[in-house]
Amino acid sequence: MSIKTQPSDACVTFCGVSKSFGDLVVFDDLSLALPGGQTTAIVGASGSGKTTLLQMVNALERPDSGSVLVFGEPIPQHQLQQFRHRIGYAVQGAGLFPHLSARDNVTLVARLLGWSEQRIQQRFDELLQAMALPADVADRPPRELSGGQQQRLGLCRALMLNPDMLLLDEPFSAVDPVTRLGLYERFEEVQQVQAVSTLLVTHDIREARRLADVLVVLDQGRIVQSGSPDDVFADPASPYVERLIASVA
Amino acid sequence: MACLVLAPAVMAKQAEPVRVASKNFAENYLLAEIVAQLLEGQGITVERAFGLGGTLICYQALLNDEIDLYVEYTGTLSQAILQRPEVTGREELNAVIAERGLHLMPQLGFNNTYAIAVRRQLAESLGLRNIGDLAEYPELRLVFSHEFLERGDGWPGLSKRYALPHSVEGIEHALAYQAIADGAIDATDAYSTDGELSRYPLRVLEDDLAYFPAYMAAPLVRSEWLQGAPVAAQSVRRLAGLMDAAAMQRLNAEVAVSDKSYVEVASEFIDSNRKALGLEGRVLQSATATFWADMAGHVIRHLQLTGLALGAAIFIGLILSLAVFSNRRLADAVVYFCGLLQTVPSLALLALMIPVFGIGFTPAVVALFLYSLLPIVRNAVTALATVDPTLVRVSEALGLSRWQQLRYLRVPLSLPMIFAGIRTAAVISIGTATLAAFIGAGGLGEPIVVGLSLNDTDMILRGAIPAAMLAILAEFLFAALQKRVSRGYQ
Repeated sequence: MSIKTQPSDACVTFCGVSKSFGDLVVFDDLSLALPGGQTTAIVGASGSGKTTLLQMVNALERPDSGSVLVFGEPIPQHQLQQFRHRIGYAVQGAGLFPHLSARDNVTLVARLLGWSEQRIQQRFDELLQAMALPADVADRPPRELSGGQQQRLGLCRALMLNPDMLLLDEPFSAVDPVTRLGLYERFEEVQQVQAVSTLLVTHDIREARRLADVLVVLDQGRIVQSGSPDDVFADPASPYVERLIASVA
Repeated sequence: MACLVLAPAVMAKQAEPVRVASKNFAENYLLAEIVAQLLEGQGITVERAFGLGGTLICYQALLNDEIDLYVEYTGTLSQAILQRPEVTGREELNAVIAERGLHLMPQLGFNNTYAIAVRRQLAESLGLRNIGDLAEYPELRLVFSHEFLERGDGWPGLSKRYALPHSVEGIEHALAYQAIADGAIDATDAYSTDGELSRYPLRVLEDDLAYFPAYMAAPLVRSEWLQGAPVAAQSVRRLAGLMDAAAMQRLNAEVAVSDKSYVEVASEFIDSNRKALGLEGRVLQSATATFWADMAGHVIRHLQLTGLALGAAIFIGLILSLAVFSNRRLADAVVYFCGLLQTVPSLALLALMIPVFGIGFTPAVVALFLYSLLPIVRNAVTALATVDPTLVRVSEALGLSRWQQLRYLRVPLSLPMIFAGIRTAAVISIGTATLAAFIGAGGLGEPIVVGLSLNDTDMILRGAIPAAMLAILAEFLFAALQKRVSRGYQ
C-alpha cells in the first residue's frame, strides 16, 4: 500500500501501540506510518479513537505500550516543550485564549521564546496575509471576531513558529459551509507555498478527500482502510467506509 | 541619695502601666472604670481593655499575663471558671487559685446574685417578704428570663427548695421590668444590683433559705502584679467594702437611667469617696476626645484590622490555592479545612487564640485572617481548576511550561472569580471585625460592644452605621475592581 513507506521517510510511526482509558480499549497493537511532507487525514466517526491517535503524536496522551516515533526518533519526554514547539496544533473552535488579543494569541509562544519584535511582527503579518485576515483584527479579542476569523487565527497560531509538522483536530468543522470552503482554500495555499507534514483528524470524508494526500479510515481503534482518497472512494473496503462516504454525499 | 533610690522606682512605675480589663456588661465597665480612675488619681498610668467578650476571655487574658486585673464575682469563679461549686468563700477560693498565680482581692461589698422581684404594691397587700411566701399564692404569674428557667441554680432548683407550685413562662430579661411595672406579670428574676430595681416600684424577696449562691464582687489579679506593684495594689484594696448592694444599685441606675456615661458616674463615685480612697485633689474625669475624633480613630483601627487580615489572606490564600489546585484531593482537603475554620464561632476562636497571641490587635487580625481564607481559597481553587480544558490542552500542545500555563492562561482567566472571592472576604471581614472589640482590639466594634452592654442605642449606631457603610464601600470598590480585571473576558 502507498502508506507503507520506509520509516526513514515517515514523519510519524506508530509501532504496536496499545492504549486504554480504564476498561475502554482504544487501540490494541496498532501500527501505522505517516508519510513526511504530505497531508494525511484520519477519518472516523466519534469514538473511533482519531483524536487520541493525534494526541499521541505531541504527547498529550501516552501509549500504554508500544512506541511512537516522531521525526524518526522517540518522543523526548524530558524536552517536551522544545519538541512541541516544532509541532503546530489547531483544534475545533480554534481554542483561542479569551483574554488575549488576536495578535497576542498568535505570537505568545514566539514572544516567550525570545523572538525579536521585528521578527514576530513580520511573521504575524505574513500569516495574516496568508489567511486573508484584515489587519484590523490584530488588536481585537477573539469574542469580537467571527467564527471563521477565529478559526483562521487558530491556524496562524499553529503555523507561527514555522513548525515541522501540523496537527489539526477538526479545525474546519465548527463553521458554516461557505466559510469552510474559504478555510480550505487558505490551507491549500499555505501548503502549496511550503508543504508541511500534516495530520488532519476529521469525521468528514469529503473534507479528507479534498485536502489529504493519504486517507486512513479508523473504526473503533482499527484501521479499516488506507490509501489515496480516490482509491478509497472508488473501492470502499467495508460497509463502514461506505456509510462514511454516503453520510456526506 | 534619696533621689538615687527613688528614681528607679518611679521609672518602673511609669514603665509598667496597670492593665485593667472589664467584661462586656454595664456594671463591670463601671467597676473597672472606678479602679482605673482610682489608680490614675494616684498618678499611676492605666491601660484599659474594656468590654472583653465575657468571663472566659477575661480569665484567659489574666492567666496569660495580658491584663493585670478585672472585677470578678465569687460565684462565677467557683461555678463557671473552677467548676467547683462547693468552694465559695474568698479565702477558700484564694487557696485554690493561688497555684494558678491568681489572687482575689478583698471584696467590694455587694452581692450581685439572682433575686426574685415582686411588684411592691402586691407584696405589701399580700405580705410577701421571703421567697417561700410565694408558695401560698399559686395563682401569681411568675415569669422568668429564659436563662433563669434553664440554669441549674435557677428555677428548677428554686422551685424545689421553696416548694413553689407555679407554672412559669419565659420572657426576655430586658422586657421583664416594664412588664412587671405594667402589672402584666407579678414576679420575675433580677440581678440584685440591677439599677432598675430602684427605678421601678419593686420589692426584692428575701432568700431566707440561702438558695442562690453568693456572687461577691472583688478584683481578680495576678499574684505577680500584686507583688510587683504594691502601691497600686494598696489603692485597689481601699475599695474593699465601699459598695453595698444599695450603692451598687444606685450607681447602675445612674448609668442605665440618667444620661450619664459610666466614666462620669465612676468619676463622681471616686470624688465623693475621696477620703476613704486616700486621694487628695479632685480627679474629675473630663470627656476627652470629641465625637468625630473618636469616630475617625475607630474607623482607622477598623481599616487596619481588616486591611492587614485581608492582605495576609489574599497573599497566603492565593499561594495556597496555586500550590494545591491541580491535586483534586489536596484542594478538597484545603477548602474543607478553611470551611471548618469558618464554622468555629468567632468568640470561641478569639478565646482559643489568647494563649498563643494574647489579647488585642494581633489575635484579632489572626482571627479575621482565618475567616477571610475560605472565600478566597474556595474561589481561587475552583477557578484555577475549572479553566476550560480545551484551552489547557491547547496551551500544553503549544509547548507552554506548567508555570507559563499558570501565568498566561489559568491565572488571568481566574482573576474575575478570584476577585469575587476577595470581595466576599472583604465584606465578611469588615463585619466580623466588630467582634474584635471583645478581645480589646478596638475598631468600630468598640462602640457597639459598649453600647450593647450599656443598652445605649446611640452608641451602638455610632459603631454599626460606619461599619455598614465601610462594608458597602468595600463592596462597591471591589465590584469595580472585579469589573476592571474581567474586562474583555466574558
